Amino acid sequence: MKTFFFHLMPYADLDLSYVEQHNSAWVTLPNSYFDRQKGFALYDRYLGELELADQLGFDGICVNEHHQTAYGIMPAPNVIAGALARSTKNAKIAVLGRALPLVNNPVNIAEEFAMLDQMSGGRLITGFVRGIGSEYFASSINPTLSHERYYEAHELILKAWTQTGPFRYHGRHFQFEYVNIWPRPFQEPHPPVWVPSQGSMETIVWAAASERRYTYLQTFSPLKNAKKAFDAYRTAAQDSGYEADASQIGWAVPIYVGETDEGAREELRPHIENFFNRFLRFPFEMRFPPGYSSIASTKSLIESKVLARANATSLEALMELGMVVCGSAATVRDRLNYLQDELGFGNLIAMLQVATLPADLTEKNLRLFASGVMPHLNGARERGHKVSAAE
Amino acid sequence: MHEEMLDVRGQRLRLQRGGDGSAVVFLHGAGGANWTPLHDRLAADWQLIAPEHPGFGRSEIPEWMMSVGDLAFFYLDMLDKLEAPSVHLVGHSLGGWLAAEIAVRSTKRITSLSLMAPAGVAVPEAPFDDIFLWTPEEGARRNYYNVALAEARIAAQGNVDMDLFLQNRAGLARLAWSPRLENPQLHYWLHRIDVPTLLIWGREDRVIPYACHSPYMREISQARLVTLDACGHASHTEAADRVGTELNAFFRSVSR
Repeated sequence: MKTFFFHLMPYADLDLSYVEQHNSAWVTLPNSYFDRQKGFALYDRYLGELELADQLGFDGICVNEHHQTAYGIMPAPNVIAGALARSTKNAKIAVLGRALPLVNNPVNIAEEFAMLDQMSGGRLITGFVRGIGSEYFASSINPTLSHERYYEAHELILKAWTQTGPFRYHGRHFQFEYVNIWPRPFQEPHPPVWVPSQGSMETIVWAAASERRYTYLQTFSPLKNAKKAFDAYRTAAQDSGYEADASQIGWAVPIYVGETDEGAREELRPHIENFFNRFLRFPFEMRFPPGYSSIASTKSLIESKVLARANATSLEALMELGMVVCGSAATVRDRLNYLQDELGFGNLIAMLQVATLPADLTEKNLRLFASGVMPHLNGARERGHKVSAAE
Repeated sequence: MHEEMLDVRGQRLRLQRGGDGSAVVFLHGAGGANWTPLHDRLAADWQLIAPEHPGFGRSEIPEWMMSVGDLAFFYLDMLDKLEAPSVHLVGHSLGGWLAAEIAVRSTKRITSLSLMAPAGVAVPEAPFDDIFLWTPEEGARRNYYNVALAEARIAAQGNVDMDLFLQNRAGLARLAWSPRLENPQLHYWLHRIDVPTLLIWGREDRVIPYACHSPYMREISQARLVTLDACGHASHTEAADRVGTELNAFFRSVSR
């Protein structure tokens, strides 16, 4: 199992009482809530946390893209990845991901990723996503064209990476007389492509197809949904004529390690509840703009929304659903090894900082995870982690 | 009223029809193809033809159709298919925008044009609020000036066909997501509309503000404005009697 540290870079200084006046931390929350004096310190802190993960021996560090929101102040994740390319040495740098449909020039994405791949000496992992619904409000891109634009931008980027330029590209949404990127990517034939999703069957089948074999990443979902998605991926691979390797499957989950089970829960509780109830907060209409998902899936989301409102999100409820792993190092590693056996993922994407979790607890979490959990995870020995290296 | 499917150059379009006489084509707004008391009123004196826009309800949208302009050309094809040589063209909201886009392209088959609170042309002093962020409850309140009508609409929302509702929203977004409900170029072409034109607008419209009537009035030489006091955006239901009376009188006054 490979282990990654995923940072969402929240605006941790958010005045949480915003909920009294605003119904969303996204798009419509006035940016007067962003204190100009605090941005520098936050970026400095977050880059330091990602760099610490490299030093602690994580296999990779991950960043991602969201727009116009306190949830994450990383609208351009490649800017962060560029800084990390110089300040880290060993870890893979995973941009999970760029939202392909949101741009009118996907060749720019091919170029930026190629630069990062070169600057990091081939440590780049690229993520291709559609962007969540709110991004279509932030970007004005038509949500009913989201799937089409995603597939077309993907095709164009892959061609830009792998075909000798210059060539013409005339698609339905994107037209270029000259595609001829400099630099070409470092990795042959191109950097790995990961596909983070919340379980769309269409996406899973597409990622698993034998001509792609993209690593599928399940984010923010109950265990039973993750299991269903991973099983679907393996089935789709078989249908496509091969056996999926565990390295093609990743599970992203908030994790918190404390000295004791009880202590860990008390330390994490306010922050994970802030995360789900304050930072991941938007009205249904913003989260699911028209045409973003099929009518059948939108209908099932409407029904599940009714259910979710009935159960206000608490740490215990989240742990019960398998959406958070929390406890002492021994508890967390046993739980993760059990889940890895059950779900068969080869990449664990640990979200070790969420919402308002402060710098001291984040650093403790990173260090306890690296010393007390990582060396004991399934397959840790094969990849060279030494248990004796634990602090 | 009866329904039929019309083939327009290989595209199947659902039509509702009622009444006899000179043809009136009614283009619906964002809420979809509903046959309302106003439709009945018009069908008493005219042959009313109410198509369901491609992408809405049960009318499929062809892949090539990406904008209200594309849809306008499609409706010109539809007008060519109708047995009537010329029609009174009426549109509400999205349908009003569409009717204006059709008329700037050709009035060959249009006897008169009636635009009820048309989207499509915004004025800087009264920008549209974002219809796509409204909950269904907010949408109902925005559509009516009369609070009791809005509350009745909200009370009836449990009976809404969810598939139809979601399909209509996606149909609207496909055509009108960006720029929102507007074609910034349209006002340059309104001067081409050379048929008698009636604008009907609720003074209290909180979807497409009343102030948006001014470019139409300025650019269309034969335009007349009917202002409905104490009326919101859904004038076709909120002021159905008054609107029916105005439209009937307007159609009678126009001959070609």
